[in-house]
Amino acid sequence: MTDAAPMRPGGAMVEFSGVGLRYGPDAEILSDISFNLQPGSFYFLTGPSGAGKTSLLKMLYLAQRPSRGIVRLFGEDLVAMPRHRLPGFRRRIGVVFQDFRLIPHLSARDNIALPLRIAGVGEEDLAGPVGEMLSWIGLDERAEAFPPTLSGGEQQRVAIARAVIARPQLLVADEPTGNVDPDMAMRLLGLFEALNRLGTTVVVATHDIHLISRIENAQMMRLEKGRLADPTGALRYPPNRA
Amino acid sequence: MIIPRVPVQHRRLLPDRRLSGPTPWIIAILMMLTLLAAAAGVGLARSANAIGDAIAGRVTVQIVTANPVTRAEQAAALRRAAGAAPFVRAARAVEREELQAMLGQWFGSAEGDDPVLASLPLPALVDIDFVDGDRAGAMAALETLVAREAPGARIIPHAEWLGPVAQLIRSLAWIAGGLVLLMALASAAVVIMTARAALGTHFATIEMLHLIGATDRQIARLFQRRIAIDTAYGIALGSLVAAAILLLIGWQWSGVTAGLAATASLGPAGWALLLALPLLAIALAALTARQTLLAALKKML
Repeated sequence: MTDAAPMRPGGAMVEFSGVGLRYGPDAEILSDISFNLQPGSFYFLTGPSGAGKTSLLKMLYLAQRPSRGIVRLFGEDLVAMPRHRLPGFRRRIGVVFQDFRLIPHLSARDNIALPLRIAGVGEEDLAGPVGEMLSWIGLDERAEAFPPTLSGGEQQRVAIARAVIARPQLLVADEPTGNVDPDMAMRLLGLFEALNRLGTTVVVATHDIHLISRIENAQMMRLEKGRLADPTGALRYPPNRA
Repeated sequence: MIIPRVPVQHRRLLPDRRLSGPTPWIIAILMMLTLLAAAAGVGLARSANAIGDAIAGRVTVQIVTANPVTRAEQAAALRRAAGAAPFVRAARAVEREELQAMLGQWFGSAEGDDPVLASLPLPALVDIDFVDGDRAGAMAALETLVAREAPGARIIPHAEWLGPVAQLIRSLAWIAGGLVLLMALASAAVVIMTARAALGTHFATIEMLHLIGATDRQIARLFQRRIAIDTAYGIALGSLVAAAILLLIGWQWSGVTAGLAATASLGPAGWALLLALPLLAIALAALTARQTLLAALKKML
């Protein structure tokens, strides 16, 4: 079930305008963030540790509302949106968390199937996609293993599979290759690229500059001290500023 | 539905740790106490009503004329006159042997044949039951009748001396009812604490479920089902123990055939209430859990 209205043709998938974020009475950890993300594009979000990347991603995957400014997702204002409408939007977003957030008492197969089950997909329609996804991440043999028995890399692959299995319109990944070897990192990046070609908008937060250079036509946003900064120059910035 | 239906695959979202926490056991104890208090309340209320009905329209006329022959004649005349009066349902002279047998218990004579007891100038007693209706009018008419047939006799309404006892029993019944209410509130509080603790324990899972698009209802149903089942186990256990205790008390009570104790029984309505209480408790637990969970989930984004 999707609760969101279709995006208007040619419109941005994500629009941030003058967004600020603070936790409690402290100073803003994100200030004056403005950008547009176009449908079907690929973005890297970089910046030093503590720059606010994870906080920015949290707003993208609807775990946090901004303290000020305007955030529009799929053409709708999220700041004023009643919370009962959020699940419909969240089902259109896939998230790869830095700490994986797998449910420890569910098998790898059940973790991957979770978004589809939540969306109400019947068990008979789950087996195929979940099996394919397990094969693709190379974990067929470990489908019934529980996360605590999986290595960090395996957990990360399960987390990625869970994020993409429902074919989200927007994929948000926070350091998705941080725990895997370079070969697996490239395979995972290949998956993101393939999804991107199928129309998914991808936002990847990473420190890995080599990763960034591997994706053609990727655009970069760089965060420094809570503000969007000029990039190194290797990639375009800002991405299609409105 | 008291225990919501949740697909098997969704049930696995919560680890299977049934009966591992204190909740079912606390609920079992509270349920047992609730049922015992409810049974006591129903029994006492019925007893108070029975006593009230019995004493409301009954008086005893005590004839204390010194001459035993005159006393007996006055008693007989009063019984006859009262028996014929339209406001009287029944009139009965209490036999001297009956009085002696009753007093014999205090004189250590089972047969009432103690010589001291036999020498006592016992009053003549006439028990009179009024017909239902105007009790004040009946009392006034009886006073006239007594003045005519047995001058100087004293009319003792039973309500005068048993009334406070009935009132005390009624008060105890209300206290028992209050205890049932308090224990229902305590049970609800236990469920609220359980629901909040469950939310705290499974916060990471809940946050994850929210972020992949689960609705509050979907999440609440998972926990509501688990809490309802856990409390149902506790309620069943508490009900079984309470039933065993009540049956034991009932068995012992069945030997009591005299006095106020004989008026205490549960009756069909009382048993129906006791049977309904566990079901009401499960419904209360499920509803409390649901409201607590939804209220807590609303505080999350």
